[in-house]
Amino acid sequence: MTPRPSARRPSPPEHPVVDVSGLRKSFGDHEVLKGIDLSVEEGEVFALIGPNGAGKTTTVHILSTLVRPDAGRARVGGFDLLREADGVRDVISLTGQYAAVDGLLTGRENLEMMSRLGGLSRSESRRRTAQLLERFDLGQASGRRVRTYSGGMRRRLDIAISLVTRPRVLFLDEPTTGLDPCSRSAVWDFVRELADDGVTILLTTQYLEEADRLADRVAVVDDGVIAASGTSEQLKAQIGSSRLDVGFHDGEVESYPTDGSVAGVHGALTRVLSDPREAQSVDLRSPSLDDVFLALIGHASAQHTSDHTSAQQSTTRKAHTS
Amino acid sequence: MSIAAPAPPAPSPSDPPPGGRSASATRTSGAHLWRDAVVMSHRSIRHSLRNIDALLIGIILPVALMLMFTYVFGGAISPEGGYIDFVVPSIILLCAGYGAGTTAVSVTTDMTEGIIDRFRTMRVVSSAVLLGHVVASMARNLVSTAVVLTTALLLGFRPSAGPLEWFAAIGLIMLFILALSWMSAAWGLVARTVDAAASLSFFILFVPYVSSAFVPIDTLPTWLQGFAQHQPMSPIIDTLRALLLDGDAGGAGWVACVWLVGILAVSVVASALLWRRTRR
Repeated sequence: MTPRPSARRPSPPEHPVVDVSGLRKSFGDHEVLKGIDLSVEEGEVFALIGPNGAGKTTTVHILSTLVRPDAGRARVGGFDLLREADGVRDVISLTGQYAAVDGLLTGRENLEMMSRLGGLSRSESRRRTAQLLERFDLGQASGRRVRTYSGGMRRRLDIAISLVTRPRVLFLDEPTTGLDPCSRSAVWDFVRELADDGVTILLTTQYLEEADRLADRVAVVDDGVIAASGTSEQLKAQIGSSRLDVGFHDGEVESYPTDGSVAGVHGALTRVLSDPREAQSVDLRSPSLDDVFLALIGHASAQHTSDHTSAQQSTTRKAHTS
Repeated sequence: MSIAAPAPPAPSPSDPPPGGRSASATRTSGAHLWRDAVVMSHRSIRHSLRNIDALLIGIILPVALMLMFTYVFGGAISPEGGYIDFVVPSIILLCAGYGAGTTAVSVTTDMTEGIIDRFRTMRVVSSAVLLGHVVASMARNLVSTAVVLTTALLLGFRPSAGPLEWFAAIGLIMLFILALSWMSAAWGLVARTVDAAASLSFFILFVPYVSSAFVPIDTLPTWLQGFAQHQPMSPIIDTLRALLLDGDAGGAGWVACVWLVGILAVSVVASALLWRRTRR
């Protein structure tokens, strides 16, 4: 859970590798993006978190040239998204939510095909393919058709394919959705390795733990706008330095923000004691990204997301934010 | 957040450097197109070979049709024999048309899967994907045409074409497959589901029945004759029959070519436009 050091690769701050302002997009009457601003520095791991339908995937689709924005400006790797789309394509790779692999081809054939399309010669393609098969632990399955792969293997192949051309910027759209815990932690390891190699990574996720572990900086997307952004420490600090979880007799858990001081905790406990319900237990802890999320997005949609994200928290938790 | 300052690696299209950048750009995109088309054709041909069901239908259907028309209907339609010579050119085109029609299924399958998004985020020449499907369709259908011809010869088909006529006949068949494959590719972009895409094959399979393919047009009811005479299959079949059996097609050859080139041109333009539209 330690925050990763940001900006491993020195880069002049006036040239972020992904630079977006005022991005808007509607599908029919539905306005999905209502003005997204963000900038990602070279070598950074940047996470977009938010509930379903917040606009995370649309943002990634626009930045990877799949979708044209209605308004706004964006540069990726120094190239203008609209005027120099091919330049953008040369420096990026996208691993989408649905594995973009060819089920009728084998893993090796998939990698060789994409290497060739990425401009590598035949012999370079073979070498790169062998490297990636080894690195993503797909050597044994390389001769099997991808249709027979498990979800985790497909995802690994998908990420491997994204790396054939050694992108400067890698977009990962919900890279671990639907994976078992083992495959998920394998994907996390790969993401960390790539970040250490200096690849800039913009990922979307519904899992706050994922953002907390991987990202140098996090932006919370809600209803088409960036609700907050910063390091996860900064975001947590915004909602108080520690939280008091109180378990009530009826099984409810409520969370009270405090400033971490004796007086602050005392104040919170006074409020607890004035509650007509009978308090059973207290737990003083540091705020999590879940708390940030709940505070920013509001109870209704966050409850839904936290069902996904924190299965271990079986009790209901209410966010008390002032 | 200012994005006014251009980053160093960004080439601006508004100021072409001296030395004819546009010419070199055209050359690289030509080379790109060739490379991408080769890779995509390779991919589509592999798909064809691995799609065992479709491959078997592509081989069994022609043979079954040939046997049916020769042994089941042949005696009734032409008791004195010789129907096989009349019907083989039609079956060649029927099967080639059906086979070309399956291109729509391959294209729709691609479009409904994530892999197209992958291609779109790479610097891949966009037409290469469709080109690959068309090349694979040509290869598939030339093989199935060879199967049809071999079966026909075994069953007693006796063409009287000379080398020049054979050359022209094969050219006509290839143009037919090419035009229908592009038409299918365009339909594959329109169709939202694989089932809808598959309907084209059946349409192509039925159109020849109301033409000069299996019976002379003057045996049809009067109200059908107009359609049968003026639909494209009739002149194409008449031309192929004339070439293979040393007959006289009259002006049908030109009419057939105009139809096919027309279908090809419209389909290529339509696919290009549809492809652009599918970009969300």
